[in-house]
Amino acid sequence: MKQRDGDRAKMFTRRAALLGGFQITLVGALVGRMYYLQVVESDRYKTMAEENRFNLRLLPPPRGEIVDRFGMPLAVNRQNYRVSIIGEDILRHVRSAEEREAAVSHTLDALSRIAPLSEYDRARVQRELKRRRGFVPVTIRENLTWEEMASIQVNKPDLPGITIDEGLTRFYPFGEKAAHLLGYVSSVSEEELGDDPLLELPGFRIGKQGIEKVYDLALRGHGGTSRVEVNALGRVIDEQTTEEARPGAEVPLTIDMRLQDFASKRLAGESASAVVIDIHTGAILAMASMPAFDPNVFTRGLSNNEWKDLVRNPRSPLSNKAIAGQYSPGSTFKMVVALAALEGGVIQENQTVFCPGHTELGGHRFHCWKRGGHGTMNLENALAQSCDVYFYEVAKRCGIDRISDMAKRFGVGEMLNVGLPGERPGLMPSRAWKTATLGESWHQGETLVAGIGQGYVLSTPLQLAVMVARIANGGLKVEPTLSRMTPTPGEQGFLDANAASPLLAKPPPSIGVTKAHLDAVRGGMFAVSNGPRGTARRYGIPIEGWRLSGKTGTTQVRRISMRERETGIRREEDLPWELRNHALFVCYAPEDAPRYALAICVEHGGGGSSAAAPVARDIMLETLRLDPARKRPGEEPRVEDLPPELRALMEEAHAKAEMTSAVYGPPAPPGLLEEEEDDEDETTIPPNLEGTPL
Amino acid sequence: MMLGNEFTSARLRRGEMTLGEKLWQVSWSLVLVIMVVAAIGLGMLYSAANGSWDPWASRQATRFAVGIALMLTVALTDIRFWMRYAYVFYGIMLVLLVAVEIKGTIGMGAQRWIDLGIFQLQPSELMKLALVLALARYFHGADLEDVRRLSFLVPPIFLVLVPFGLVLRQPDLGTALMLAAGSGAIAWLVGVRLWIFALLLGGGLAAIPVAWQFLHGYQKNRVLTFLNPERDPLGAGYHILQSKIALGSGGMFGKGFMAGTQAHLNFLPEKQTDFIFTMMAEEFGMVGGLVLLSLYVILVIYGFAITFRCRHQFGRLVAMGVTMTFFLYVFINIAMVMGLIPVVGVPLPLISYGGTAMLTLLLGFGLLLCVFVHRDIQMGRRGSYDD
Repeated sequence: MKQRDGDRAKMFTRRAALLGGFQITLVGALVGRMYYLQVVESDRYKTMAEENRFNLRLLPPPRGEIVDRFGMPLAVNRQNYRVSIIGEDILRHVRSAEEREAAVSHTLDALSRIAPLSEYDRARVQRELKRRRGFVPVTIRENLTWEEMASIQVNKPDLPGITIDEGLTRFYPFGEKAAHLLGYVSSVSEEELGDDPLLELPGFRIGKQGIEKVYDLALRGHGGTSRVEVNALGRVIDEQTTEEARPGAEVPLTIDMRLQDFASKRLAGESASAVVIDIHTGAILAMASMPAFDPNVFTRGLSNNEWKDLVRNPRSPLSNKAIAGQYSPGSTFKMVVALAALEGGVIQENQTVFCPGHTELGGHRFHCWKRGGHGTMNLENALAQSCDVYFYEVAKRCGIDRISDMAKRFGVGEMLNVGLPGERPGLMPSRAWKTATLGESWHQGETLVAGIGQGYVLSTPLQLAVMVARIANGGLKVEPTLSRMTPTPGEQGFLDANAASPLLAKPPPSIGVTKAHLDAVRGGMFAVSNGPRGTARRYGIPIEGWRLSGKTGTTQVRRISMRERETGIRREEDLPWELRNHALFVCYAPEDAPRYALAICVEHGGGGSSAAAPVARDIMLETLRLDPARKRPGEEPRVEDLPPELRALMEEAHAKAEMTSAVYGPPAPPGLLEEEEDDEDETTIPPNLEGTPL
Repeated sequence: MMLGNEFTSARLRRGEMTLGEKLWQVSWSLVLVIMVVAAIGLGMLYSAANGSWDPWASRQATRFAVGIALMLTVALTDIRFWMRYAYVFYGIMLVLLVAVEIKGTIGMGAQRWIDLGIFQLQPSELMKLALVLALARYFHGADLEDVRRLSFLVPPIFLVLVPFGLVLRQPDLGTALMLAAGSGAIAWLVGVRLWIFALLLGGGLAAIPVAWQFLHGYQKNRVLTFLNPERDPLGAGYHILQSKIALGSGGMFGKGFMAGTQAHLNFLPEKQTDFIFTMMAEEFGMVGGLVLLSLYVILVIYGFAITFRCRHQFGRLVAMGVTMTFFLYVFINIAMVMGLIPVVGVPLPLISYGGTAMLTLLLGFGLLLCVFVHRDIQMGRRGSYDD
């Protein structure tokens, strides 16, 4: 018994010791692991704990404002009040889904007495509250009015779980009136995601068109960061701003918004565009294109139908016709032809050409717009009356290449790089161009057609405005500009780049045209608006110091059939809108000391003198009154203070602008805006050449 | 005649002690260490609730107070009572386990609880003690020759396998393994031959592929995640990864009391129960962890010391069984939160929030103290005074 107990005790002791040893080993493993985790690997885990704990939150910078030449804000950021609901504040004691819905419904009912809610919004809130974590606010409605926001704030004690927060949204105070110029902002698309982490912020918007797009980097600014301490569920415990967001730069434009506003109103109702430019600096003072769109709608996002309407509209409201509309310049091109011929020495200012109403070349008959012909024409008369036969003859003598060269010196058919997306180059044909692109040799008939700005020749209203500016400023190669700022940042950022590129650092180079020749052409343009037989004589400004010199242009959209020519049945008003002629007018003023050039194109407007000249005159009147190149706002004469004759014209212009903008949208009924009068609209004669595109 | 010290009086050997004498015999230093550990636990629960006694610390304190009272009651009860009723307790626990199986409340994805009205009892916890008592009683009278008889080992194997299977079915892998390991330790101590262990271990390993089929999805996940923690960093691997981050970021000296970011920002799961060691090591660093581990080691040393001071096999086996169970709690919990073994829901003894585990542990220490108080008692093969 004793022996047995002894054996058993020995065995017990030995095995207990082994067990103890085993336990020591295990404890040693624990200590070793503890050492490994807490000492050896500690730094790694410390970093991971910090990463767990802190989220870097990006603070969006306020977008830079776009202002006009006098600092008038054109694109600003507006407070956007948003009402949200935080689920956990009202659902704390809720047990079932029914109770939840009832509780939410109750709150929404109370809210809808203050701010109306759609059924759709209500359903969405219910749905999102079910899905989201309790502390995540669910947006009920955005863009509250100030009154709604205020009364929600006042009633907050009765609205449990309701919070109001504010953000910034882009706002364009002038809406459609500067839409093409400014463009719009919209959400970042997948392809646009780049290095800038700002782009990944939900709700962040970038410029998609116009100045907003070109100057996006400048306007965007730099995001700030804040360190947000969060718990495992993502609830924010604490937030510290470590770097303030740097707002985007202000982008000043050369535009005078008052003029832009006026031009837009005056063009409203037509599918038209106009450009007003400072002939000495190239600063664009107004660039209007109608119809337009409301850029504010783009900020919030368009519905499918809204988008379809914009895209399908035959008047293409999305297109900036001032830079993207390519039209045959028609008779407005005749100055260039005249200068090419004068410079080439193929005609003299006072040399005459007889116009019998048509001319013949290679068996083809080229008609003048005036059926009976103009008779004997010198340069001034030919421009004033827009005689086609004179320019057929001049072009024939001059040859296409000289015309082409001259046109390019004046900016026609050339990219002017005004700094807006969508600018198109137009087209100035030459022999080499035709061989290269069409593989055919140039016909002399085509030179004749080009001589009256038809055929292959295409130009944009901007190019025509620049052309007139270069004529009026004595042949200086001014470049059209929309902003003194460069769209890409300099070494020290945008302000640096801005300071480094003054608008007129040095005078623009000459395009090398003799002043006497320019004067001859200007004389012709003066006669257009002031001469007794000028095609736009009824739309001149017959007041000293305000006189304008211009040139009409009418370009046909379709061919005139022989039958129509024979019967003479061709009333523009009888044609469907899309087949009517484009009406163009270019001008500068004041004649004695030119400062402003203007080009305008009314698509399918009918005739240059009847549809374009009066609008151009009104816009030029307002330009001269405001005189934005020299006068600051407030310095301009009031309409009432003008001499009576001028005052009458100005009041008529303003009345028309108000009227057209009032009947905004559909084309104004004929007769309401323009006197119905059989005008001397030169209708460009169809060149009877095979294969001539129109 | 027992081996022993001549100062032991016959009266003491017969267990004829007054209450005062028994109280005098209680190892108050052990009780003190237990209280220190429990106090640390209350502090950690206070921190886990972000500096509040509610909801955990205060309730845990009450439970601890009740538990200490029960512990002393057990300690002062005549050890022969425990011997006599060992199988009865075992039987009761078995019945409760079956009851849980039949009509248990679903808790934590497993049927472990039985609602007693006042509190919810987890019979598998108490089974750990009942099994120790039953096995101690079974082997109390056995000598080496008995133990080497295979037929002698059949009843204890069943004693173990029945609750093991029931607990596994709940399913509670951690507790089941603890039952097996604790029983194994007792079998080891009584001298069961090595090849039998090898056989059982081999059989167990061979059964793993079969058992795998019966594992629940979440258990399979835990094992797979343990084998490859990066398998699913946001799913099953998330807890253990966050636990390691908490431990590691605590460093040598910790982030300070109530300053553990992982725990207080809720990255740490179950910080008041299974992962409370992580929180402690995050806030007090490796130093804090080592202090706690040392206290645990001291408790284990007490267990060994009491075992060796005990003159009867029953007491030795109970003491070692309890000590081993306690050690397993400590090791499994700490190893699991440090990513050494898969996550099996085993609480940190005396510290984790939870009633039954606290009760089990304090009853276990009660038994340990009981063994100490009655260390010199002479016990016959059937637990009577005279053989």
